[in-house]
Amino acid sequence: MNSKLGTQVAHLAGRSVMRTLRQPAALIFPLAFPMILLAVNAAGLDSAASIPGFPADSYLDFALAVPFMQGALFSAMNAGQDIARDIETGFLSRLSLTPVRGIALLTGQLAGAVAVGAAQAVVYLLVGLIAGVTVQAGIAGALLILVFAMLFCLGFGSLGAFMALRTGSGEAVQGLFPLLFVLLFLSSAFLPRDLIEADWFRTIAGANPVSYLIEAVRSLIVSGWDPETLALGMAITLGIIALALGAASLALQTRLERT
Amino acid sequence: MSALSRFRSVALGIAWRNLHNLYTNPALLLPSLLFPLFFLTAFAGGLSRVSGVPGFDFPSGYTAFQYVFVLLQASAFGGVFTGFSIARDFEGGFARRLLLAAPRRSGIVAGYTLAAMTRTVLTGTVVTVVALLAGMQVGGSGIDLFGLALLALLTSAAATLWGTGVAMRVRSMQAAPMIQIPVFLTLFLAPVYVPVDLLAGWISTVATLNPATALLEAGRSFISGAPEGVLLAFGSGIALVAVFGLWALRGLRRAEAAG
Repeated sequence: MNSKLGTQVAHLAGRSVMRTLRQPAALIFPLAFPMILLAVNAAGLDSAASIPGFPADSYLDFALAVPFMQGALFSAMNAGQDIARDIETGFLSRLSLTPVRGIALLTGQLAGAVAVGAAQAVVYLLVGLIAGVTVQAGIAGALLILVFAMLFCLGFGSLGAFMALRTGSGEAVQGLFPLLFVLLFLSSAFLPRDLIEADWFRTIAGANPVSYLIEAVRSLIVSGWDPETLALGMAITLGIIALALGAASLALQTRLERT
Repeated sequence: MSALSRFRSVALGIAWRNLHNLYTNPALLLPSLLFPLFFLTAFAGGLSRVSGVPGFDFPSGYTAFQYVFVLLQASAFGGVFTGFSIARDFEGGFARRLLLAAPRRSGIVAGYTLAAMTRTVLTGTVVTVVALLAGMQVGGSGIDLFGLALLALLTSAAATLWGTGVAMRVRSMQAAPMIQIPVFLTLFLAPVYVPVDLLAGWISTVATLNPATALLEAGRSFISGAPEGVLLAFGSGIALVAVFGLWALRGLRRAEAAG
């Protein structure tokens, strides 16, 4: 039974990856947009690296962590949109008449999103290294960054999947993007929390889980191995995955019952 | 009916319809109001420490510095969203019926531009009120602020005419990234976070050549009460409106020819 489930997941993951590869916009935009923003912000805010207490020598080193988070946000959108399209076109209903297990659809779709997210993360990292960033935590640190990126994609992809399964609408999934975008901008993405001057903004950034995810990746790039920051980032990432995946599984169950 | 009154009647009809659609549909209205406020919050709140960078000298403070960028960005994006609505009108078949019915078709372009400029007045008012409530210091006189408002309207008109030209050529929602991305890049390749003198490297060269820089720097000089580069800014704004006006009218001819 388990091997059957594995085969189903593999097929559906392959379908998800092929689907993304066949839509250049779904592939190019998540690759190009974070890199363009990184280039613009790193150049425009380079003088911020001269603020006393700034943790990195250049703003580029500091900012490289952000694209991994942006990539995860795009994964959320892509995973959600694909599932919503499967619902809107009736694919999910037809699938429910076959022996394919419902959970295979969710896992397969998310595995595809994680695979695409991993490829994106490799590109972000390579671009950063070519632009002159040094990962202070070394090769093992770079590998851990990729693991974090894949886990972010899984967590936020599950959130997109939950939204799609709950509403069955691509437009509703699109509505998630501004919320995720706000979470990114109201975090410590642009400055370290201790250098944020406005108290209210520092409080929001401190309460925003996205800050800790970015800080975990950033610590590997700018300061090497920082067990506390990494453990906190990992715990929050796993928490998001557990919550979002649980919610998506419940939503899938409800939808299949309705179907 | 004279040619002028036919033109005016078409322009006013289009503008009214566009604004009516906007103000009766929260899904269209809210993002265009909330996004600028969110950018103001994220940039002015999260990055205020950047004003402590050596050489940063802006008497009205960082909130006012970012307010001008957000105002011009909101004006430009009002134009971008109007471009989207033209593309949507083509997809729904309304624009083709409009081309058949309008006695003076150049009034269509004028109507969309008028709608976007009216939209800028609303968004600009909301952003200004929020910035003032957040403690923005205004050093400029009433005349200076009027100058800033004119720059915002010119930005809105230029972006709308750009979007109109693209939408009339592509005639589907696939035009959306083509409308949005160049505007986004032009705005972010201006001195968003620090004055142009503090930029270094490639972004300094790009920002110096970017017409948005002239608008932004003049706008900031207006709010701080020390107008500077005003002729260059208005010259650039009027030139952009003229060039994109021709672009939009040629797009209209293409749409007419396509039937």
